[in-house]
Amino acid sequence: MTEIEHTANTGHSDDRTAMSEAGAAPDPVHRQTPLHASDQPYDAHVLAQLDADAALIIARYPQRRSALLPLLHLVQSVDGFVTGRGVNWCAEKLELTAAEVSGVATFYTQYKRHPNGDYTVGVCTNTLCAIMGGDEIFERVSDHLGIGHDETTEDGKVTLERVECNAACDYAPVVMVNWEFFDNQTPQSATALVDDLRAGNEVTPTRGASRACAFKHTERVLAGFPDGLADEGVGAGPASLEGLKVAHQRGWTAPDPGADDDHGPEGADGAGEAER
Amino acid sequence: MSTQLTPILTKFWDDPQSWTLDTYLRNDGYKALRKAVTMQPNELVAMTKDSGLRGRGGAGFPTGMKWGFLPPPDGGPRYLVVNADESEPGTCKDIPLMLAAPHILLEGVVITSFAIGCEHAFIYLRGETVHVYRRLLRAVEEAYAAGYLGKNILGTDFSLEVTVHAGAGAYICGEETALLDSLEGRRGQPRLKPPFPAVAGLYARPTVVNNVESIASVPSILLHGADWFSGMGTEKSTGFGIFSLSGHVTRPGQYEAPLGITLRELLELAGGVREGHELKFWTPGGSSTPIFTAEHLDVPLDFESVAAAGSMLGTRALQIFDETTSVVRAVARWTDFYAHESCGKCTPCREGTFWLSQIMERLEHGRGSQDDIDKLVDICDNILGRAFCALGDGATSPITSAVQYFREEFEAGMHTPAAELFPPSRSTLFAKETVAP
Repeated sequence: MTEIEHTANTGHSDDRTAMSEAGAAPDPVHRQTPLHASDQPYDAHVLAQLDADAALIIARYPQRRSALLPLLHLVQSVDGFVTGRGVNWCAEKLELTAAEVSGVATFYTQYKRHPNGDYTVGVCTNTLCAIMGGDEIFERVSDHLGIGHDETTEDGKVTLERVECNAACDYAPVVMVNWEFFDNQTPQSATALVDDLRAGNEVTPTRGASRACAFKHTERVLAGFPDGLADEGVGAGPASLEGLKVAHQRGWTAPDPGADDDHGPEGADGAGEAER
Repeated sequence: MSTQLTPILTKFWDDPQSWTLDTYLRNDGYKALRKAVTMQPNELVAMTKDSGLRGRGGAGFPTGMKWGFLPPPDGGPRYLVVNADESEPGTCKDIPLMLAAPHILLEGVVITSFAIGCEHAFIYLRGETVHVYRRLLRAVEEAYAAGYLGKNILGTDFSLEVTVHAGAGAYICGEETALLDSLEGRRGQPRLKPPFPAVAGLYARPTVVNNVESIASVPSILLHGADWFSGMGTEKSTGFGIFSLSGHVTRPGQYEAPLGITLRELLELAGGVREGHELKFWTPGGSSTPIFTAEHLDVPLDFESVAAAGSMLGTRALQIFDETTSVVRAVARWTDFYAHESCGKCTPCREGTFWLSQIMERLEHGRGSQDDIDKLVDICDNILGRAFCALGDGATSPITSAVQYFREEFEAGMHTPAAELFPPSRSTLFAKETVAP
């Protein structure tokens, strides 16, 4: 893994940022950009939109500070990562210090501290997925793209990550693309997936919207702004329905509320359900 | 006679549009709410206590009792916060529930809020599942439009606002007090208890924090009665729950059954361990619950029986591993996870998980030293019970239980890499596919 100091990174980088000076053309993508690296002000119209969105977010909570997590998602939806100007803007909106905001931003793994690719490809390598093939998938995709964990392809399309358990163990091994489920993957399917992403082809999650959306788009949704795609995709994938299928086959249902049922599901109180 | 499955929460997940309000209304949706608003709030709390419902998020604390701990109303706000931060390795029940049927959860939220006198409820969803967030936001929108949320619900004096909040990637936020700090816009670090959230929770106000599945179980209890619920399961672990089978099993998936069903029964329904292989070890309730082996196939999966056998029911996350799997590799990876996710607040957990991870790494690569096993057990002993929250305890569970049942594999780690003893390619789902060396 080679990590080269970003040219815009004028400050000293921390110890974990391995630097390779040797013969390096400035690498536009592999870098640990400090949070203060991007301080140029927002354009007026961008700022106006941010401020309007922030007002809506803050209004969802009894106390302002609760808006911080969605505001940081919102910053990423504009800047592609948590920038210095984004931190300052959050601080201003919530009457916090920049240090307080940075302290929060650096705690959560979804907040990126350097520019992210258009698609975060997260291969689950927690125990169950790893054993079912997640390790092989990560290795193969990593070799194929020539990047390691938390690194981005030179075209800026794909950021590869090892992710922790994403609550889809019955679909192992699982790959997430911008936090959409790609279930039951193999090394072949996952390399084809990243090839499609780099070529600009649409890719369809197994359980999710009809297409994987770009990073900034997804971050806007995570800030709490619906994109109208909720009705796309399946309700449940095949594994989610295995138990129900067995129950159907064997004629099993939940127990009848039975004798003591004075207000059972067939009761008369359902009248007028449809109109309000 | 074998235990039968009881599809209740999962009942209509196979509907092509299972997540919509229309579908939910066709499946008794919001009928329980209509009944709830004709009752007294304390009757609802009593009903939930009577049902015996215990928290479905892992700890198993009685849900109705949690509600009952709130101090008497003082005129200020009281909050319900739903813990939808499902992140425990192996656990995969709440996410499919909210994807397939978000209105079940929402109806439970409205009923529970009515019962505890809450006018603003929160659903804290982990941020790494964007489509689930879309479905929840849409369900909330539909519920407002239909008058199940907002001002004067169903023509009563009761009003409720619901905010669905997306987290940003942190396992620790599944711990209820860390979740509250996170929801307040802070780093997700646990609080010292007491005070418990019931007394000083969100914004230091009385707060109930319940798991998704717990809250989603409330409408059916109200509709069919506490007796109906407690008629399922065992005496002290009443009702039904979703059992999640994953790993080396023929048909992994979600199986909704009364508590007390056994893994042997569940495996029979799921087509058994994958063909040509046999069970080696499994987790009854996620990676934080001590592992079991084939000798535990007949342990009833209820809180008491699993505890008596030396583990915890946890979240009923049954991760199945066959004989191709290196237990050292499995445990090493879980240990990395805990080291990565330790929030850093308590020294035993922050430092201990780091050292455990170093030692497990050595053992996995056949470079362990003579005293590494003793050192592991000693470090576990120094973490267990010495941190604010259960994350540290959870980190020790896989290690101490694996050493107990598979000590010889840890001993082999002093000279032979796990990958030599158990070639990883044999464990994969695509074992027949050529895997690059």
